[in-house]
Amino acid sequence: MSSVVDKVWAALEPLTDPEIPVVTLRELGILREVRETPAGIEVVITPTYSGCPAMGQIEDDVRASLAQAGIEARVITQLAPAWTTDWMSDEAKEKLRAYGIAPPHQTRKDVSVVKFMRRPVEQAVACPQCGSTHTVVTSEFGSTACKALYKCLDCQEPFDYFKPY
Amino acid sequence: MSTPIDYLLHLADNAVVLGQRNAEWCGHGPILEEDMALANVSLDLIGQARLLYQRAAELMGGDASEDKLAYFRGPHEFRNYTLLELPHHGALVGYAAADRDYATTIVRNFLYSALMVHVWDGLQQSADASLAAIAAKSLKETSYHLHHSRDWLVRMGDGTEESHARAQAAVNHLMPYTEEFWTTSPAEGAAVAAKVAIDVWALRPAWDALVNDALEQATLTRPNFHGYVTEGKIGLHSEHLSYLLGEMQGLARAHPGATW
Repeated sequence: MSSVVDKVWAALEPLTDPEIPVVTLRELGILREVRETPAGIEVVITPTYSGCPAMGQIEDDVRASLAQAGIEARVITQLAPAWTTDWMSDEAKEKLRAYGIAPPHQTRKDVSVVKFMRRPVEQAVACPQCGSTHTVVTSEFGSTACKALYKCLDCQEPFDYFKPY
Repeated sequence: MSTPIDYLLHLADNAVVLGQRNAEWCGHGPILEEDMALANVSLDLIGQARLLYQRAAELMGGDASEDKLAYFRGPHEFRNYTLLELPHHGALVGYAAADRDYATTIVRNFLYSALMVHVWDGLQQSADASLAAIAAKSLKETSYHLHHSRDWLVRMGDGTEESHARAQAAVNHLMPYTEEFWTTSPAEGAAVAAKVAIDVWALRPAWDALVNDALEQATLTRPNFHGYVTEGKIGLHSEHLSYLLGEMQGLARAHPGATW
């Protein structure tokens, strides 16, 4: 890797998700690639949910950090392959849990669209506070589109679950 | 216009119109969790519409933009299914101010998401690579919309006498509008021929199975219907779309180019 590419990664490393400030854009898999092209440096980001209001902020943050580091680079938004929570590092998942958000399970490759007749049986979600898997979903959509609202039936605490996407 | 612009606009208009309709619940939801759920569903739909409008604008070239497509086209230029522009209550004139009925909201979201999971799944193989990428994202979001609306459909249908009656009334009111899914508009036909779109007719058995299974579990009856098939997707809309667009487009038209 060239030194300028390293420099870009280093400049962007402190950037965190505006909604979940404990995980970085790199750990979330939003910051996909930094590449050197004949046209200059390109930074590739992938949007999460189509309507995620944080994406505009994230792009602005990336541009501002590049400008601050004196790096000229183009920011490219790339849709394919579609972002998935499977790209989240284990480290990021652990940080989410410590922050009070149950991290996403692996997405279900075996559940194809034609099997959507009934909701697939979901793996139990562990409470990020007490670790109990005795939990129930309160609402499919929590404080943001990417999270569902759960309740722990043991410690009685409500919590967010980062949905597999 | 040409392939696949008209088809992209059909998909985008579907998403933006239903997104705008569902957003009417923001701050008025029957319970706090549902208020948030509907706002989040709207965010997904408006996000999908933005990506589709951006792609259409890119193909149109010139000074086309997502904002121009969303805010500066009239009702007759919108290509959404009539189903999606209807207000959140039974059949009433456009200016009637009836209470919103959550069963109507849920039944519509269910009928539409049950179609769109299959449409997005198929469009992942679209000859238009951008549309295929949008479809892959939208499929994930729509499967959550389907789970949400299906859960509530069963809860309402198999719930109290009141909730059952309202859910059945909503099914009776909205089901005839789904006939529009199965006709082929010129834009759809051209997009299918160009392998940009998939033939929706082929999805009907899967949609029927999904809908019948949910209605059965919800103890609701599927009405038989033979009659007028709506034609929103060729620009012939109900009176309700103009009111919806009046609200959605008012600000952008009063202050063109405004930013904040």
